[in-house]
Amino acid sequence: MTDKTDMTTRGSTEIGERSEGVQTLRPPVNIFEDAEAITLEADMPGVSKERLRLQVDQDQLLVEGEVQLTMPEGMEALYADVRATHYSRSFALSRELDTDHIDASLKDGVLRLRIPKPAEVRPRKIEVRVE
Amino acid sequence: MFGSLTNFDASLFDDLRRMQQDMEEMFGRGTWPTGIRAAARGTYPPINIGSTAESVEVYLFAAGVDTKTLDISIQQNLLTVAGERKVEVPEGAEYYRRERFSGAFRRVVSLPEDVDPDKVEANYADGILRIVVQRREASRPRQIEVK
Repeated sequence: MTDKTDMTTRGSTEIGERSEGVQTLRPPVNIFEDAEAITLEADMPGVSKERLRLQVDQDQLLVEGEVQLTMPEGMEALYADVRATHYSRSFALSRELDTDHIDASLKDGVLRLRIPKPAEVRPRKIEVRVE
Repeated sequence: MFGSLTNFDASLFDDLRRMQQDMEEMFGRGTWPTGIRAAARGTYPPINIGSTAESVEVYLFAAGVDTKTLDISIQQNLLTVAGERKVEVPEGAEYYRRERFSGAFRRVVSLPEDVDPDKVEANYADGILRIVVQRREASRPRQIEVK
């Protein structure tokens, strides 16, 4: 739960740490940056819009969700790769990002967040005039 | 409700085999046999399998898959799910992290012997592919009345 990923640091994939008590799933993410924004994509299969929670607290972005499966009554498990129902992962945002205008969408269990950069920090092309 | 998936019925894929797999990964090589079709842990997509008296339920945690790419087949009790997930790479973007699986996948699982390969249903919602295979009538538990 306290395991934070810096949005703009390249690093090897850490192994998800188990928090004490409840096991949480750490969704795999892709993070990339273009001129206008930073985009975060996370795999959260089984999470519907109603069970997704996004929270920005100062420089921290928290992504959480609950898995809901349609299951018949009296089902017993034969095999399980996925052994928890709670997704959680947090990210340290960098200060210049515009967290008031984050655009979020969820489709087929893939969460996509677009965090825009304010105009003043976007790279500017400097034209060279040829006379 | 999901709790039932973590209470194990040690019939098919038992805890022992899982433990062996863990050990193998820990020590780099295995002295015990691995299930011939068992995928390494972390293989996409993760699978959960549950069973009731009437059916066997297979859940594939396959977020962002175009259902048109899916190829699901069952031969006796062997279920194969193949497909492809394309993770689009935007032009001119700089990546910091690429943890999401991209490309073709294929998983094969052996289900209990008494499943009926003619009675299979599949649906996809919120990134979960659920395949329900009915068990054969004859093998279902029957209530016997005492007269």
